Amino acid sequence: MSVLIFVELDQGSIKKTSQEAIYYGGKVAESLNTGATVLAIGNADEINLQVAGHFGAQKVLHVTESKLSHENSLAYADTLVQAVQQEGSTVIVMAKSGLGDAVAARAAAKLKASVVSGVTSLPDLSNGFKVERSIYTGKAFAIVDIKSDIKILAIKKNALEVVETDQIALVESFAPTLRDSDFAATVTNTEKASSELSLNEADIIVSGGRGMKGPENWDPLLELAHALGAATGCSKPVSDLDWRPHHEHIGQTGIKVAPNLYIACGISGAIQHLAGVNGSKCIVVINKDPEAPFFKAADYGIVGDVFDILPRLTQAVEASK
Amino acid sequence: MKILVCITNVPDTTAKISFTDNDTRFNKNGVQYIIGPYDDYALARGVELREASGGSLTVLNVGESDSEPQIRKALAIGADEAIRVNAEPTDSYFVASQIAHIASQNKYDLILMGRESLDFNSGVVHGLVGEMLGIPSYSPVMQLDVTEGKAEFAREIDGGKEHLVASLPLVLGCQEPIAEWKIPNMRGIMTARTKPLTVVEPVDVDTMVTLEKYIQPAPKGACKMIPADEAEQLITLLKTEAKVL
Repeated sequence: MSVLIFVELDQGSIKKTSQEAIYYGGKVAESLNTGATVLAIGNADEINLQVAGHFGAQKVLHVTESKLSHENSLAYADTLVQAVQQEGSTVIVMAKSGLGDAVAARAAAKLKASVVSGVTSLPDLSNGFKVERSIYTGKAFAIVDIKSDIKILAIKKNALEVVETDQIALVESFAPTLRDSDFAATVTNTEKASSELSLNEADIIVSGGRGMKGPENWDPLLELAHALGAATGCSKPVSDLDWRPHHEHIGQTGIKVAPNLYIACGISGAIQHLAGVNGSKCIVVINKDPEAPFFKAADYGIVGDVFDILPRLTQAVEASK
Repeated sequence: MKILVCITNVPDTTAKISFTDNDTRFNKNGVQYIIGPYDDYALARGVELREASGGSLTVLNVGESDSEPQIRKALAIGADEAIRVNAEPTDSYFVASQIAHIASQNKYDLILMGRESLDFNSGVVHGLVGEMLGIPSYSPVMQLDVTEGKAEFAREIDGGKEHLVASLPLVLGCQEPIAEWKIPNMRGIMTARTKPLTVVEPVDVDTMVTLEKYIQPAPKGACKMIPADEAEQLITLLKTEAKVL
């Protein structure tokens, strides 16, 4: 029996959020006095998968089936269930993400397992299996006791401080039996900006609101983001106005983010936007309105004109490199 | 085409969140309830598809009687009939089991819902329902067209979107910009009163998760203000004090 961790790959490497999931799974495995096994689906070099050991896994099951080179939550869930059965796992861990949610859901129904999503703490095993999870889009937390025999936990980004070791994991190939019904949908086209940093993965996010005054004024924000190696986001009005693409919309009804650093430029801080960023470790707000509610949620604030301040911050970042 | 749209009954997005009974119950006092915003997108697109292709649109909620104003609103927006499973929605598995039970009796072509509920944000009910019914599920879907039993849809992926084609039946978790939210007009509100709202009792489902306690986040410390003419200081503070650079 081992804890099984489903990981996501980005160009052959384990995503940062999945590294956190491995660390979480490794810690649970230690508590249960068992091992931690990773399931990785997609093309990756063995050396990139052995890295799972740094985060606490002993073994990686690697699926290279070419039919799965395209993300397919139905087939991934089938594969996960077969790995669970091989390993005899009762605890399954993954990062909270769009793909993670889809795979967790399909696998849970197959296994009659519970899914607890947005988990923010290691389990308390002293009396049951209790974890803390984020609810109401980060406006509150809940302690829940998981009663089902098989438990699926989707871990919120930045929930734990990951400590790496120099251990490496043993990589084994894993060949699932695939069902035709999992390939019922055909992908006809993919529109993806491959150079963009994913908001879900980014450690730093620079985000703009209506205070940027128009899509033609985004360059100073993009330059700061580039200097910081940050992803870029925006508030809902900005994506509603088509100043920025929808997949940059951060907020209660957009993407929920939890970076180490969130820099909000010209965003007043409506409660729905705050709900999408309240998992951030550090929030910086730049706004010319000193009464902007976002300052109440910020760690650092600058009252001033974003078009004056952003280029100066970019220069300061470049100078400090 | 028979469409089922599943809606949640959740606190308004501007609601302040607090708890009572020694932090074991959500404090509903003074809280305005709404149809889950993601569900509103699913409902709006469902109404458009039904108007374009005929058939029927049933709205389904797993909830207690205080959900009924939101169910009536969905009827006013354009659903033909409603079903309420008379139960407190305790966890995703419970809710999905109720939806799957209703769906298995009625053979819907398309089951739409929001990508997640706005209270527990799990985002797994559509996948659970799809698997329970043995049909494909996709989320988050941001474009959807249906012609002759085939759905062409786009779902959001990291940094972009993916276009897919699949045969019905399907379960889809929806989000903007799949459709514009619809506001009920007076005629819709009047006719909603006469549309059927059936209340059914839940099927038995094993308890998977129990809630022990709610926790409010710790209050935020004061914001450190940096004078605009010394803005460059911020970068030093982020490196040395906050240690996030």
